[in-house]
Amino acid sequence: MSPETAILAALAVPLAGALLIGLTGRVNANLRETCTLLTAATLIYCVWQLLPLIFAGERPGVQLLDVLPGISIAFEVEPLGMLFAAMASGLWLINSIYSIGYMRGNREKNQTRFYVMFAVSLAAVMGIAFAGNLFTLFLFYEMLTLSTYPLVSHKGDAATVRSARTYLGILISASIGLLLPAIIWTYSVAGTGDFTVGGILRGHIEGPQIGLLLGLFVFGAAKAAVMPVHRWLPAAMVAPTPVSALLHAVAVVKAGVFTIVKIIVYVFGVDFLFAAPSSDWLFFAAAFTIIAASLVALKQQNLKRLLAYSTIAQLSYVVMASAILKPLAEVGAAMHMLAHSFGKITLFFAAGAIYTASKKTELGQLRGIGRRMPITMIAFTIGALSMIGVPPTAGFVSKWYILAGAFQADNYLALATIIISTALNAAYFLPIIYLAWFEKDNTPPGQEHGEAPFAVLLALAITAALTIGLFVYSAPVYELESQLVRGQP
Amino acid sequence: MEFLGIYYYWVFVVVLMIGFYAVVAKVNLIKKLIGLSIFQSAVFLLYITMSKVSGGTAPIFNDEITGLLYSNPLPQVLILTAIVVGISTTALGLGIVVRIKEEYGTTEENEIQEIDRR
Amino acid sequence: MTAPELHLPVLQVVVPMLIAPLIVLLRPQGLAWAATTAASLLSFAIAIQLTTGVLGGHTYQYALGGWEAPFGIALEVNSLSALLLLVLTGASTAALLAGKASLDRQIEAHRQPLFFSAWLLALAGLAGILVAADAFNIFVFMEISSLASYVLVAGGPDRRALPAVFKYLIMGTIGATFYLIGVGLIYMMTGTLSLADMEIRIHEVAEQRPILVAAGFITVGLALKAAVFPLHVWLPNAYTYAPHAVTVFLAACATKVSLFVLLKFDFVVFQHNLLGHDVQFAAFLMPLAVLAILVGSAVAMFESNVKRLFAYSSVAQIGYILLGASMVSYLGLSGGLLHIFNHALSKGTLFLAVMCLSMQYANLQLEHLAGAARRMPWTMAALVVGGLSLIGVPGTAGFVSKWYLLTAALEQGALGMFLIAVIVLGSLMAVVYIWRIIEAAWFTAPAEAPPGAQQMRTEAPTLMLVVTWLAALSNIWFGLVTHVPRELATTAAANLLRHLP
Repeated sequence: MSPETAILAALAVPLAGALLIGLTGRVNANLRETCTLLTAATLIYCVWQLLPLIFAGERPGVQLLDVLPGISIAFEVEPLGMLFAAMASGLWLINSIYSIGYMRGNREKNQTRFYVMFAVSLAAVMGIAFAGNLFTLFLFYEMLTLSTYPLVSHKGDAATVRSARTYLGILISASIGLLLPAIIWTYSVAGTGDFTVGGILRGHIEGPQIGLLLGLFVFGAAKAAVMPVHRWLPAAMVAPTPVSALLHAVAVVKAGVFTIVKIIVYVFGVDFLFAAPSSDWLFFAAAFTIIAASLVALKQQNLKRLLAYSTIAQLSYVVMASAILKPLAEVGAAMHMLAHSFGKITLFFAAGAIYTASKKTELGQLRGIGRRMPITMIAFTIGALSMIGVPPTAGFVSKWYILAGAFQADNYLALATIIISTALNAAYFLPIIYLAWFEKDNTPPGQEHGEAPFAVLLALAITAALTIGLFVYSAPVYELESQLVRGQP
Repeated sequence: MEFLGIYYYWVFVVVLMIGFYAVVAKVNLIKKLIGLSIFQSAVFLLYITMSKVSGGTAPIFNDEITGLLYSNPLPQVLILTAIVVGISTTALGLGIVVRIKEEYGTTEENEIQEIDRR
Repeated sequence: MTAPELHLPVLQVVVPMLIAPLIVLLRPQGLAWAATTAASLLSFAIAIQLTTGVLGGHTYQYALGGWEAPFGIALEVNSLSALLLLVLTGASTAALLAGKASLDRQIEAHRQPLFFSAWLLALAGLAGILVAADAFNIFVFMEISSLASYVLVAGGPDRRALPAVFKYLIMGTIGATFYLIGVGLIYMMTGTLSLADMEIRIHEVAEQRPILVAAGFITVGLALKAAVFPLHVWLPNAYTYAPHAVTVFLAACATKVSLFVLLKFDFVVFQHNLLGHDVQFAAFLMPLAVLAILVGSAVAMFESNVKRLFAYSSVAQIGYILLGASMVSYLGLSGGLLHIFNHALSKGTLFLAVMCLSMQYANLQLEHLAGAARRMPWTMAALVVGGLSLIGVPGTAGFVSKWYLLTAALEQGALGMFLIAVIVLGSLMAVVYIWRIIEAAWFTAPAEAPPGAQQMRTEAPTLMLVVTWLAALSNIWFGLVTHVPRELATTAAANLLRHLP
């Protein structure tokens, strides 16, 4: 199919799928799961077609609708968006396999609603990835917030609803209160919101206003969880684990950092921002978030919450890397988006597997669990090593590029932050690995359990393999993302 | 413009304020409506005053008689309309008061608020 | 133009006005409603035809009885009138089509002919205000529509509507009388009632005190009718206790028509002529607009009756319209006028959804609406769409007007930053009060089935639901395909600003 059709199909397919899933859900659960898997597979087909084109340097796009003069719904595919879309669509298929095992294994209610809203959320993610201007990005960004809400509040009990309220409250307040004014400000000074290589703000804005606008964008995109707008992430952990895995390790949070990186590269322009002293604060905010989140993670006893704070720290790796404002660091930021996704989704899958098999959620309960659930814990170990950044995992590759970029910019503070946070990551992940494999099993008698269901394990194995695979096959990703910075004037 | 020349306008203002005061300060609904009527009458006075031309006669046109000074007929016509509007409003208002009396048993505003609060 | 088209401006008023007394004769059940709806549809068709002509660049001028202005009664339909005529007739038709079941329940059968007759008179009166080109006819039509709306509001079964209507009557009449005093003073000084003529003649007598006093009386009088803060106190109770279909109709258009007159007078007649008056216009109305947005939204956040919550929200939205107008700039005025259209869409949808809710829930307090989404999912979904448009989420109509307002505020420099903060704060407060309704409907355990609720069918009647959903979808349609309302609003804004020096 033509590139334009592929782009529009990337949005239409998940939406049509959502409708189908909703209809078949009334008929038969197996039919419904088939629909989900088919939709995900079709989406991969549509999205991955665009990969060779982007590699070749093309930038296909399509203009849909003029909403206001100068403001339109338009799409354009570029390396960063391509990476995001390819990653999200691929992981959706794997996550769907996982969800089937998890939802059935836990006998969750309202499964049809779950799968339908998942598909709608993926459509929103595609819209964000392929957005060609700020307005389109904002439109789908808000759609993602609204469509993930039913997923977060899935359980429906009072505590969940309260946490879901925090989730929605912070995200919507930040986007309407900060991101929207930032977008309007950009449109009104630059005359356009189209993403352009080299940025659109040069010559239109100067001095402290640059720092202020950057701040509105960064804190407005609260999905990137830069402190202090990060509280929604731990609150969202009340969601079922497939939701936490795909959305809060991959789609939603990546939408946030994607927005920030995209704005730095295509709205401000890397060189323009580098020359502006008022933008320096971003680096410090990200570095602070990394350290602070890692410290909080150290104290957590609930596995998912620990993973949530680890995510906050990892996201700020991406933000900090892009705030270094040097080409290698930007590439590192993009690669880390991918590497973290693989590693974190593995970790969340493992946490969900443990819960499904044994209903255990706290660290103290995981003693000796490696012997009962070897496959799960091997995958967990791989994911944890990736977070720390140990070869041969994906995390090592991306950290390498970020460090290289820091060297390139003579940014020793970045170096120090990365080293300290690596140590902190090790400090909270290694003990879990130790007590899972080397401590005596403390499962109370009568609550013995084995491994998680097959579908769950399958998905786990695939993502763990991907985490190692990215280490081996990192070259194509580097190729793709260096196009991001080669276009710099 | 001596006071006597424009004293109609002073009367207009005084009547306007009397009516307005009654509307705002009185608690009884019918007295409020009476105040409203007075308020509107003041406006009628304003219009008719401005239509009267010194030395002018009734504005009835006659082909044979020319060179007469007529009072302005337009405000008089406007005011007829306004009077009709005023009557309708008062009638409607009184109708509402009758219904209020049927439903609440009182026509004092403070008592009605008290009943509703319960 | 063919013969009927020539008479469109006057037909817009005459059609409902002549059919109104005939409705009283229609005693058989349901016939009065049918005839009223047909008349309303016909008016809507006329409004669409007028809008098409206006969009084609034509401004309709009509002299009643062939007597030319300034001696005869002249009518004029330009883009501003067309925009509001669409809103008015559209709201009336939607409310009638959707409201049959609700009205049948709330208005006794023997009173229906009189009620519907009053509805058409209100429609005729409001349409008359929009097409009239001279000040006194505006007054006459204003009073016709007001008296008819008093009847409409008092028509329901809730006895608290009566003191509410009484207050509405008192305040409305004072407002109209102030307006009349102002017009009288202007007539005294210029000798004309035609707005176009006034613009020219006031110039010679602009510094004299009666003109300034007239401007004051007219502004305050119309502000009373338009529920501008702090003269809005009649609105919440009147909207809350009126029959639900009436609330749909009035909330969408009644106060906007008074704003129309206010803007027309201020821009056409006063701005150009009064020394430094346009500074006064902004200086006087902008703080009131800001207060309306903040106070209206704040009270709505704590209100527990759904109808009264939306009524206070309307006070805030009127503040948005005035905020745009008081910036006295092309973008600001366009945004304000566009908001008239978009607010009618969003608030209309919201009150239509409330009407659907009222078919199952006798008590519209939030605690009693717990779990409503399970019994009435379609209704609540439509309410959410209307709510999103009210908040101004992109992709909905509400976003487009908020965009214009924010862009206009950016032009205002330091003051603009404050205005942006106010607009954004208003949106965030809207998020809160819409959220409270969503939470009650979806996430609170339902109480026992409401007494008297039908067990067989839990959703609202089909026709009501269909109209509500059409309204909800039009929010999304006009949020994406924006050129028709935008063109009307921007042309109207340009026309109004042309009168400035």
